[in-house]
Amino acid sequence: MTDFTNGLSDILVITQRNLIRYRRLPQLVIFSTVQPIMFLLLFNYVFGGAIQQTGTGNYINFLLPGLIIQSVLFGGIQASVGISTDMSSGIVDRLRSLPISRVAFISGRVLADTIRNLFVVLIMIGVGFLIGFRFEAGIVNAFIAVVLAVSFGFAFSWISVAIGLFVKNPEAAQPAGFIWIFPLVFASSVFVPVQTMPEWLQVFARNQPVTKITQAVRSFTAGGSHDALIPVLIWMSVITVLFMGLSVWLYRRSQ
Amino acid sequence: MDSIISVQKIYKTFGKTQALSEVSFEAERGKVLGLLGPNGAGKTTLIRILTTLLSPDKGKAIVAGYDVAKEAQKLRSVIGLAGQYAAVDETLTGRENLEMFARLYHLGRKESRNRASAILKEMSLEEAGNRPVKTYSGGMRRRLDVGASLIFEPQVLFLDEPTTGLDPRARNDLWRFIHSLVEKGTSVVLTTQYLEEADALADRIVLLDKGKVITQGTSRELKRELGGNMVEIEPKDWQESKKIADLLKNKFNQDVRIKDSHQLITFPAPNGPADLRDALNILEESDIELLHISLTQPTLDEVFLSFTEKETKND
Ligand SMILES: Nc1ncnc2c1ncn2[C@@H]1O[C@H](COP(=O)(O)OP(=O)(O)OP(=O)(O)O)[C@@H](O)[C@H]1O
Ligand SMILES: [Mg+2]
Repeated sequence: MTDFTNGLSDILVITQRNLIRYRRLPQLVIFSTVQPIMFLLLFNYVFGGAIQQTGTGNYINFLLPGLIIQSVLFGGIQASVGISTDMSSGIVDRLRSLPISRVAFISGRVLADTIRNLFVVLIMIGVGFLIGFRFEAGIVNAFIAVVLAVSFGFAFSWISVAIGLFVKNPEAAQPAGFIWIFPLVFASSVFVPVQTMPEWLQVFARNQPVTKITQAVRSFTAGGSHDALIPVLIWMSVITVLFMGLSVWLYRRSQ
Repeated sequence: MDSIISVQKIYKTFGKTQALSEVSFEAERGKVLGLLGPNGAGKTTLIRILTTLLSPDKGKAIVAGYDVAKEAQKLRSVIGLAGQYAAVDETLTGRENLEMFARLYHLGRKESRNRASAILKEMSLEEAGNRPVKTYSGGMRRRLDVGASLIFEPQVLFLDEPTTGLDPRARNDLWRFIHSLVEKGTSVVLTTQYLEEADALADRIVLLDKGKVITQGTSRELKRELGGNMVEIEPKDWQESKKIADLLKNKFNQDVRIKDSHQLITFPAPNGPADLRDALNILEESDIELLHISLTQPTLDEVFLSFTEKETKND
């Protein structure tokens, strides 16, 4: 029992350390907030008119859930650089020499990123409201939508952590941390309906997790069928278990 | 001997580099052990093995009663480590760093705060305590780092080149601080490239080179091993150095060395004062004027160079 509470306390101490860093280096948070808001405004006003005509209803209600998913993913990938920077500094050596939980260092990072993501998501919803976004399925569903989006970011953060631990060198982690996310975000229903894509791409776009989560979140913000929920929960559990396991293994193995 | 550390035939290779090879030694409880060696000798590798950061390829090490390989987690709660490179968070303040480490040793919130304040005071960092570490000078960072390793009053403290980058005063302060810890019962292992430091601090010295233990003992023993007393002569006229050396060689049949860089002539003097008197007499008979003549002990530097040179010659 005390092992468990100690482990939890270790994770929270590391989480707090990362949050202090965010407070002291606000650029880390500002850019990950400004970028999705800029996308929100650009897409809404630039593509909004064109896309509305293809018959998707109110574009902002379509767009915001997708951009929220994009922002939690982009927020999470910073962990690759963050973790590899920490790994190449001496601080990890000290942490390893302490009697702390082996997973505290990486879990604390993921938890801090998740909290930051929640903060960014709430700001995006606020800005969305100002330009016409509405939750159309009630407050409980709105809450579920936010929890789903942030949990999705949590699951994907573990991929970034694994990359950061694998690459080790911060300069290499920069591109390595980013590349894999683009096809997932753009070949999805985040910005445009999947039906507008070439058929061969639709197969991928329809089934990949980013599309599924976007559909699921939309079903809780705008209403409609929750068909995508089960696949999303499966995707999230598989990714979390797989990449958390991989990260812990990589962390222990690295010397 | 009441051993706090027992290292038995440790081997470690990195790719083709044999970083440690059959390293064995014991460290006594409540004393300071100095690991001395040139760059690449394997000091850091050894410290990392003893603090559970690396596992040895072969061999066994017991620290504070725990096997470093099998009881790593238990061992971690009784040791403190200040590695060769500062291991603190740059964006956090000194105080936040210390509190974080205290909390990670599972001290309560209040106790962590108190320990952090005490360490800041001990390390003369009170004024800088609330500034982010990235504004610290190298020496301040170093002090914070050493302080962080003391947050829990460890049984065994490992310091990898603790005084590198410190000015003479800060170095003296740290030496005094280490002495006070040892008086309170802490056992210390430190690595250093300053022989003066090993001489001043270490009760026992393990001399490492190229991953092997070359010799070990107290600094007095090491000096004795080199041959004890030397006579050191500084003639008035350096032109006469060759002539003086020949005279001494004839008389004493010893390895007489001419050190041009220091304008000194030295030779081993196993008979101590008698040799000194004899040297004075011959030089007097030959009308050679001297600026200086004395009986000295080799410095640890000379011990160090002579042992590491011997190694190179044997290769
Ligand atoms: N992680 C590593 N990978 C490859 N080689 C390593 C690694 N760590 C150490 N070495 C090699 O092992 C040898 C011993 O290194 P170590 O850092 O222990 O020396 P040191 O005595 O601490 O030297 P210094 O005084 O320069 O700090 C060196 O040849 C070094 O290059
Ligand atoms: Mg070293």
